Amino acid sequence: MRTSLKEDRIPRIAVMTIASMGVAIMLFILYSLVRDSIPILAHVTLSDLLFGTHWYPTYDPPEFGMLPLIAGSVSVTLMASVISLPVSLALAVFLSEICPATLREILKPVIEILGFFPSVVLGFIGMVIIAPWMVMNFNIMTGLNLLNASILMGVMIIPIVTSLAEDSLNSVPKDIRDASFALGATRLETITRSVIPAALPGLMTASLLGVMRAIGETMVVLMAAGGAAMIPRSIMDPVRPLTSAIAAEMGETPFRSDHYFALFFAGLLLLFMTLALNMTALWIESRAKRLRS
Amino acid sequence: MEKDKFSVRDLDLFYGSNHALKKINLQVPERSVTALIGPSGCGKSSFLRCLNRMNDFIPGCSVTGRVELDGSDIYDAGTDLIHLRRRVGMVFQRPNPFPMSIFDNVAYGPRLHGDRDRNTLRDIVEESLRVSALWNEVRDILHSPALALSGGQQQRLCIARAVAVQPEVLLMDEPTSALDPMATARIEELVRELRTRYTVVIVTHNMQQAARISDTTDFFLSGEMVESGPTQQMFTSPRDKRTEDYITGRFG
Repeated sequence: MRTSLKEDRIPRIAVMTIASMGVAIMLFILYSLVRDSIPILAHVTLSDLLFGTHWYPTYDPPEFGMLPLIAGSVSVTLMASVISLPVSLALAVFLSEICPATLREILKPVIEILGFFPSVVLGFIGMVIIAPWMVMNFNIMTGLNLLNASILMGVMIIPIVTSLAEDSLNSVPKDIRDASFALGATRLETITRSVIPAALPGLMTASLLGVMRAIGETMVVLMAAGGAAMIPRSIMDPVRPLTSAIAAEMGETPFRSDHYFALFFAGLLLLFMTLALNMTALWIESRAKRLRS
Repeated sequence: MEKDKFSVRDLDLFYGSNHALKKINLQVPERSVTALIGPSGCGKSSFLRCLNRMNDFIPGCSVTGRVELDGSDIYDAGTDLIHLRRRVGMVFQRPNPFPMSIFDNVAYGPRLHGDRDRNTLRDIVEESLRVSALWNEVRDILHSPALALSGGQQQRLCIARAVAVQPEVLLMDEPTSALDPMATARIEELVRELRTRYTVVIVTHNMQQAARISDTTDFFLSGEMVESGPTQQMFTSPRDKRTEDYITGRFG
């Protein structure tokens, strides 16, 4: 007994050291993010920061109203979700419940490969293909706008959500389908009335993870959203989400200036947004578990 | 005096090239309990699944011969599968309630077949739960998750769910094999009662169970039906040597 415990100790300590290093690094990132976003509050009130409608960080005096940036992030994320979630969920149902096994063997890897696409490449497609096409067809000044970025972001989310949603549909036991068929349900009724309800928590988590990915995505919006810090009035308006503001401006701003602190604050906001979604996903999961046991 | 509910003639079943059931001929008398016994892999479950065509979903599975339900062949091209499965309900080996409330489990079938009215549904749910002897235990928790029930309760819920669409036949595939002895006793008692309303066909591993609850017994071995007859006679004076060997515990 004692000797085996002793032999267990070395690997246990090694694993714990590595794991706690990971946690420590995460905590340090969080700490520096908070530390560098607090100072801006000394110069601008929280409500001006969150609800101010003018983002002119390099003017004199500068204005740090982040509402246009927040609106940019939220609108692109929402549009991308509207475009991609129905497609992803339908695709997942098709893959797991309807399509023949041979087709599935081909389609699933193809969709997963789509998820490995570098976002810069998608940005190219937005700039070179979608933007000129929009200018030609919709009579607008620029094709780099909310809709363009949302389409690209939707394409980025589809593989993630589809793959996760398909997993959760697949994990619905065969027993449940049998029970439904044995009661005289058709294939469609079995899918809509027993398989999807049984997989619902998993489908919602999959969707939330997709949305989280969209909020944090930077490259696509930097390249294709147009970059104007204004609250969009139509889907053809250019926007500047929090992520692209940080990426575009951080390199140009003096170290420890107000602008610098404001950008850190924007990062903190992003963190809170994804954290809120993550908590929602966890909450759904724990509720589903309680329902099951 | 007794009418045959099912009449099976020259039924062959193949899984790919595997000849799983060979020239099965048997009758299932109406409003009685028929037990299918035999060692694992003898084809009794496959046979059971022929009676409501659940084998249709298995790739590579093909069936020839006739299975007549009240005189008409359920393997006819024109058979309405939905209607068939409504008439021939099924209870599975492992309790498989849907991950929803007790009420919604029982109401699943009636809702499928178009019952929407809340009061009608409530009556059907109560009646079905009474039939499966579960009502007194769950009457106050109808909207709790079905998966919170014990294994035995879940299996009785599955019986209630099957009964809710008012079938004529109940197929049971080793319904007690995942349950403890107390829960098994309750289900057996229930099966004895169900016989007054339904034709029950039950697959069982357990010969004592077959002896306790069935009126007719069919013995399967390696895909063949070896012997069929009244349960009493089968267990006291089997005609076939192989039946005798099996029920006396020489193999299986």
